[in-house]
Amino acid sequence: MMRDHAIRYGFIVLLVGLIAYFAIAADGFVSPQSAVFIFQSVAITGVLALGVTATLVVGGFDLSIGSVATSAMMAASYAMVVLEQNAVVAVIACLVIGVLVGLINGWLIVYMRVPDLLATLGMMFLLLGLQRIPTEGRSIATGMTMPDGSVANGKFSEAFLALGRHRIDFFIPNLIPVSVVVLVVLAVLIWFFLEYTRFGRMMYAVGSNERAAELAGAPVKAYKIWAYVISGVFASIGGILLAARLGRGDIASGNNLLLDAVAAALIGYAVLGAAKPNAFGTAVGAVFVGVLLQGLTMMNAPYYTQDFVKGAVLVVALVFTFALSGRGRK
Amino acid sequence: MGADAVFRVEGLRKSFGQNEVLGGISVELHAGEVTVLMGANGAGKSTLVKIISGVYERGGGTMRLAGQAFDPRTPAEAIRAGVVTVHQNINDGVVADLDVATNLTLDRLSGKGASTLFKPASIRAQARAVADRMGLALDLKARVSDLSLADRQMVAIARAMAHQPKVLILDEPTSSLSSAEADRLFSLIDRLRGQGVAILYISHRMSDIRRLADRIVSMRDGVISGAFDRKPLDYEGAVNAMLGRKIHLDRVVARSSASAVFTAEGLRIAQGSKPISMTLGAGEVVAITGLVGVGKTALAETLFGVRRPLAGTMRMDDKPYAPGSAREAIAAGVFLVAKDRAESGIVGDFNIERNISLPFLKRMSGLGVMKKRAERAVARRQIDELGIVCRSEKDELSALSGGNQQKVMVARWMSQASRLFILDEPFQGVDISARRDIAAKLRASADGRATLIFVTEIDEALETADRILVMSEHTIVGEHRNADIDLDRLLAEVAGGPLHGAA
Repeated sequence: MMRDHAIRYGFIVLLVGLIAYFAIAADGFVSPQSAVFIFQSVAITGVLALGVTATLVVGGFDLSIGSVATSAMMAASYAMVVLEQNAVVAVIACLVIGVLVGLINGWLIVYMRVPDLLATLGMMFLLLGLQRIPTEGRSIATGMTMPDGSVANGKFSEAFLALGRHRIDFFIPNLIPVSVVVLVVLAVLIWFFLEYTRFGRMMYAVGSNERAAELAGAPVKAYKIWAYVISGVFASIGGILLAARLGRGDIASGNNLLLDAVAAALIGYAVLGAAKPNAFGTAVGAVFVGVLLQGLTMMNAPYYTQDFVKGAVLVVALVFTFALSGRGRK
Repeated sequence: MGADAVFRVEGLRKSFGQNEVLGGISVELHAGEVTVLMGANGAGKSTLVKIISGVYERGGGTMRLAGQAFDPRTPAEAIRAGVVTVHQNINDGVVADLDVATNLTLDRLSGKGASTLFKPASIRAQARAVADRMGLALDLKARVSDLSLADRQMVAIARAMAHQPKVLILDEPTSSLSSAEADRLFSLIDRLRGQGVAILYISHRMSDIRRLADRIVSMRDGVISGAFDRKPLDYEGAVNAMLGRKIHLDRVVARSSASAVFTAEGLRIAQGSKPISMTLGAGEVVAITGLVGVGKTALAETLFGVRRPLAGTMRMDDKPYAPGSAREAIAAGVFLVAKDRAESGIVGDFNIERNISLPFLKRMSGLGVMKKRAERAVARRQIDELGIVCRSEKDELSALSGGNQQKVMVARWMSQASRLFILDEPFQGVDISARRDIAAKLRASADGRATLIFVTEIDEALETADRILVMSEHTIVGEHRNADIDLDRLLAEVAGGPLHGAA
């Protein structure tokens, strides 16, 4: 049926059409370097989007991912620059933050019965403030002056910076950035987890009919909390990549992370007519956002039109999902 | 009679697609009388109410109110004409965040002639008048969200009565009230009856009906199956007419069981109810029957660990059994096909195969990874066993008929062996052939486990069970072996009263 095909392949066709358009309209859009650049530009939002997909699967939502990522970035910078720790300590600190925030979000939502959007919105504001307290609102970089007048002399370790800057040879020397490898590995991991393990299956059951899942013996509360922990950990990994790319703890960065990641995950609903959150769709959604931004940038579109186009694409994707597939009528 | 009927419905019909829900209903309501409407789930009560209150358009027949043709196209028109409905869900009738006075006068705040400005003093005066007429002693400034359920209901009814209707329809008004709260409702209804309002009272609760009814009308399968207005009212006859009693050829051959699988001692499932004791044996199918709201689902959930008993003990295979969750119950071999499959059974995003495997993923996976081949094999076997009509095990459940959806739910829990298999209203929204298939399958596979079925319809119990227990007011009031059953005694027990020799 025409309609079924429109739902199933509509968004893929749109993506291919978009690439074809940019290939004609923007010089140098079709090249390995350009492709890698697109992946690199979406690596961080992609990781965040994969995490938020886990919460969408259990019927929740996580608005705190952007601020978890920036908090992790600030924590990593603080650990290395101010506390003069090595890369391992910095990474562990970030992951601990991700787990903790996930646990607190899950606890608020499951046990305190705060609606998911509100709980994670509150957490977002809390973290935006919290990440600035240790430095009294200053960005963190080597040689900065601390609030007590001392100078922070620590440095970002080379191993840490490699996470954001090193490129691996792949046919062409220095082609693929480590961050893209991280994205691909995490995407495959979460895809396998959601599609092929019984835990992923149960998470989908919880999201589709919580009571049925509970009466089938699923520990619904635990699954929900786990989903937020996954989301928090993925967001903190995104923060690690961000810190490694910037090489400093920049309080002004990461503003668009939440919007882009949520857009990617929601666009993912429309991919292949899944009409539900899924890891593959999220990955395609992230690439879609990346292609769009790269193409617009190469055509010299100003930054504010990019936000507009992103928002428009998101709205169209949501129409695909809810109106055409009839999901909203259930 | 008939001459003084305020409201008269004649030959009312309604179909949804091919499905005829009302097949020519005729009812009369009289001023100053409470007419009770009884009917099992799916009898068409709510459709009837929705037509009268202007929510649905009727398919045929006539309605007359005080001699005039009554033909509401919207609920607002019905109210203006003088027919007011208080729906079952109390919170639909009140706005919780506003105070009592505003709630009582809510309908005057909009529509023609309403003042643009909100005048608290005049609102309060109007509300006072309404409250006084109803004998309502409530603080008009109290917020409705701070009131008890019963008080909210009073406000909803008072609000409805502010229109000074000729006909008041109450849809299961006591379903969430305690008995003391219900008493207050009854005195309000007495007052309205005294004021000459014609009341249509929809309920299953025999205690309500005994207390209030001037006349009883029973509905079954979209037609009036009995009308009772001669005093003393024939309550058992009304229950009988509502539940129906067809002689079926496929009555079962009752079996007895020797070895007990499950026992309950002094189980209490509601405040103030009498304790329940029972024994379920291996290989037997036991049906528990009773009207809606007598605690059947509460008992099913207690056995399945979703609800805690107030007192008493349970044993499985002579070992103490006190499940704290569905998970623990399943681990002990107690499975439940829950009532209302759409709400608590079907996972809408999953296909047949995944719906069947849902509770047993652990047994179909290694190191957490699903063994898809094993999963598919189980699904195919179950589709065959129960004769589920589908193209393949990958079909979505929304593509199946109600009967086949229910078969999938039963197939889910029959895909692994259980010790105690509980089914709560397994035949609800199921066509007759699927119902026979399921019942036959249950009986054929009953060996080695105890099977417990909760049904409202006595027919379903007679068709399926070896033994029938009757529930009333949250306890078990009767037990029958399904052979040469004394149906009059069974019906009397269902109706909850002492056995009337004459009835």
